[in-house]
Amino acid sequence: MSETLWTLPNAVALCALLAISAYAILAGADFGGGMWDLFARGPRARAQRELIAHAIGPIWEANHVWLILVVVLLFSCFPPAFSALMISLNVPISLMLVGIVLRGSAFAFRSHDTRGDAVQQRWGRLFAITSLITPLLLGVCVGTVASGALHAPTGSETAWEIYFMPWLAPFPLACGVFALVLFALLAAVYLTVEAEDESLREDFRRFALQAATATFITAFGALLVARGEAPRLHDALTARPSALLFFAATGVAAVVTIWALWTRRYRLARISAPAQVCCILWGWAAAQFPALIPGWLSVEGAAAPTVTLQLTLIGLAGGMLLLAPSLWYLFHIFTHHEGEPTA
Amino acid sequence: MNDLLAARSQMAISLAFHIIFAAIGMAMPALMVLAEWRWQRTGDPVYLDLAKRWSTGTAIMFAVGAVSGTVISFELGLLWPGFMQWAGAIIGMPFSLEGFAFFTEAIFLGIYLYGRERISPRAHLASAIAVAVSGVSSAIFVVIANAWMNSPTGFRLVNGLPVDIDPIAAMRNPGAFSQTLHMVIAAFAATGMAIAATHAWQLRRRPASPFHQAGLRIALAVAIPAAILQPFSGDLSARYVAKQQPTKLAAMEGQFHTERGAPLRIGGIPDVEAGVTRHAIEIPGVLSLLAFGHRDAVVPGLDQTPRADWPPVLIVHLAFQVMVALGSYLALLALWAGWVTWRDGKRLGRHRLLLLALVAAGPLGFLSIEAGWTVTEVGRQPWVIQGVFRTADAVTPMPGLWVPFAGFTLLFLFLGVVTATMLYRQIIRRPQSDPQTTEQQVAQ
Ligand code: HDD
Ligand code: HEM
Ligand code: HEM
Repeated sequence: MSETLWTLPNAVALCALLAISAYAILAGADFGGGMWDLFARGPRARAQRELIAHAIGPIWEANHVWLILVVVLLFSCFPPAFSALMISLNVPISLMLVGIVLRGSAFAFRSHDTRGDAVQQRWGRLFAITSLITPLLLGVCVGTVASGALHAPTGSETAWEIYFMPWLAPFPLACGVFALVLFALLAAVYLTVEAEDESLREDFRRFALQAATATFITAFGALLVARGEAPRLHDALTARPSALLFFAATGVAAVVTIWALWTRRYRLARISAPAQVCCILWGWAAAQFPALIPGWLSVEGAAAPTVTLQLTLIGLAGGMLLLAPSLWYLFHIFTHHEGEPTA
Repeated sequence: MNDLLAARSQMAISLAFHIIFAAIGMAMPALMVLAEWRWQRTGDPVYLDLAKRWSTGTAIMFAVGAVSGTVISFELGLLWPGFMQWAGAIIGMPFSLEGFAFFTEAIFLGIYLYGRERISPRAHLASAIAVAVSGVSSAIFVVIANAWMNSPTGFRLVNGLPVDIDPIAAMRNPGAFSQTLHMVIAAFAATGMAIAATHAWQLRRRPASPFHQAGLRIALAVAIPAAILQPFSGDLSARYVAKQQPTKLAAMEGQFHTERGAPLRIGGIPDVEAGVTRHAIEIPGVLSLLAFGHRDAVVPGLDQTPRADWPPVLIVHLAFQVMVALGSYLALLALWAGWVTWRDGKRLGRHRLLLLALVAAGPLGFLSIEAGWTVTEVGRQPWVIQGVFRTADAVTPMPGLWVPFAGFTLLFLFLGVVTATMLYRQIIRRPQSDPQTTEQQVAQ
């Protein structure tokens, strides 16, 4: 078993999965921050928005690069899969890009146009609203792949059947909503740690608890839908030992998150909430392995020639040597450390 | 509009948009490093003010560059899945390396922009240097990928498919050096001139302003060497094109017939039907000299290529003429500005004619960049990978491509307008800081 598992293609696929996970727990929270900006309310709405902007400002562009890394790994190491995904998910991906463009630029315009007038507020609104688009469609895309609805063209399908039907379906849409709620949870949890003011922290604790509850509801909803809509995924998730393990771990992490929030153990929640997100992604991967696009392409079958995979892994290792300390430095400078005076 | 045309237009619009922000993202960190360094050396608050003002603009430009670049990396697949499936394994390597350059760039930009109060001045300067270095490296990697499309290496072709691929050999393709060099210098020349132009414009209204004097001097320190070097680097590029892509060279020069001792044509309108380039100023033998090193070398004309495989000759020729004309203006202007700075660098505000010429040069570097890319990309048609893979075979099977084309065009148009007004509000219209308020800022 172990010889067949540790192949080059699997190693690169694992790296891609880790990059997706990093994108979800880091950039996901930035999107979640945008959602809370939209829902900021109460007497401290302004302070809530400021905390969000303050937390996202220095790091969102770096967090965003994980997505680029996923794309690059896909097209250099699994070119047929990249091509297949970009053809069949063209519409949701294009819409997602519109969200990325508007969200990023609106945020930059708002942060650096410091006049505090109506124009700046309008950018704030746009930033908040467009923060919803990308997570939703990202979830939709992942859900479509997971559902097994994609397949090689048969030649007799209409454009509607190829380009819209696979993702305009209950399960992918449920995944989209699930992603929204998860990212909102991540953001609220991180912000409880970032907040310096006690009442602000309580606000985000309340938001986090609401999001955590919503996570449970949407997760069960998605699972119910999966039974009918994505039977293969559903069976794998509930029968395959590796997937089951991650499935169980997700549940544990989710319970720990709620407990930690309830008892105000924010640093614990800051670990368990992203762990929960990772377990979901890894469970999805375990459920469909060795397929890359279930029902169409396998990891092995879509892999680029050995040289490319080898060089990419070497490049990744070298890149990580550069990246890890830089990232550590960035987060070290900008995350709030309890007990330390802040600048 | 047919789908292929829509896809090409969408790619062209996106890249033409992105390249402006990319060039700025490459060169602005260098300007900020210089200002920051002067501030730390001299303690003159004018330099701190400059560094801050520039970094606000750069933050906005960088964000727009990042999101438009993201669009392009997806578009490579959304529009050209055939190309990516064919070439991904060969040419993915520079893109992967570029990814890490993006990481360091984004990380240290965040630190530079938001970390001034949290880290030591030395670490702050070092982070600006890291942004500058990684910005240039990311451009080098992506242009290497583009150079490979012009002069593909690192594989063997068997039945139309690549075998024995060697990604390292692909990165070391013959066009890589000249093209990356030319692009990097272009970014410094264009951005340096544009910044010089904004300060020159203000100096014409306030000739004594120390702020704009300092800004102009730093911008010129970057723009002058770049603009002078650019024609030489362009000459190097042209030699590679002559060797690797004779059809592109013939289109650039409006050279319809193979000719010994071919003339250099300045201007002129190629008439594809008649097969002649009219109204050009012809300098005998000089094209042969420039392209192949001696006056009576044979320059292959378009007649060596089947008519169906010609790129749009008129566009390529005119774009090339525009680039060379603007490049010559910028190089001469740089010599003039260099002379004046050397003689009277402390009182640039008095040289009103030079200031006017600099103001006029503001957009020209970017125009040259657009023209140059038009030469490179349109001149390669009908190939997406020179001689190997046709653009028409690369396009996505999805119908209705005019919809995303229209959508993204509107989106970029909107972004362009907003960015421009934003910069205007921020940089140009912001009330001038006189020395006193600057002092107060520093004291805080
Ligand atoms: C500030 C911008 C700028 C300026 C002043 C010039 N160029 Fe340029 N040129 C570019 C910016 C540029 C570019 C946009 O950066 C290109 C597109 C692709 C590339 O690598 O560089 C380019 C491409 C390009 C190519 C085609 C390379 C290829 O297709 O592989 C040639 C032959 C030249 N240039 C030659 C020149 C000459 C002879 C110039 C003399 C004045 C000149 N350029 C000025
Ligand atoms: C590394 C950078 C680049 C890559 C990988 C790249 C790739 C491509 C690809 C795949 C196409 C479509 C196929 C084709 O029409 O040949 C294309 C077309 C085009 N690109 Fe680029 N490009 C790059 C840089 C640029 C830049 C910076 C510009 C800026 C103006 C540009 C302008 C165009 C134009 C005008 C076309 C349309 C050509 C035509 O269809 O006639 N490209 N490019
Ligand atoms: C000649 C062409 C190009 C040059 C010189 C160039 C250069 C740059 C530079 C310097 C940046 C840094 C961000 C900024 O300053 O705004 C950037 C951003 C970016 N570029 Fe390009 N680029 C080119 C074409 C492309 C192409 C073809 C792609 C698609 C694969 C691409 C993808 C990106 C992405 C994804 C980013 C965002 C990185 C981030 O999030 O920080 N670029 N580019």
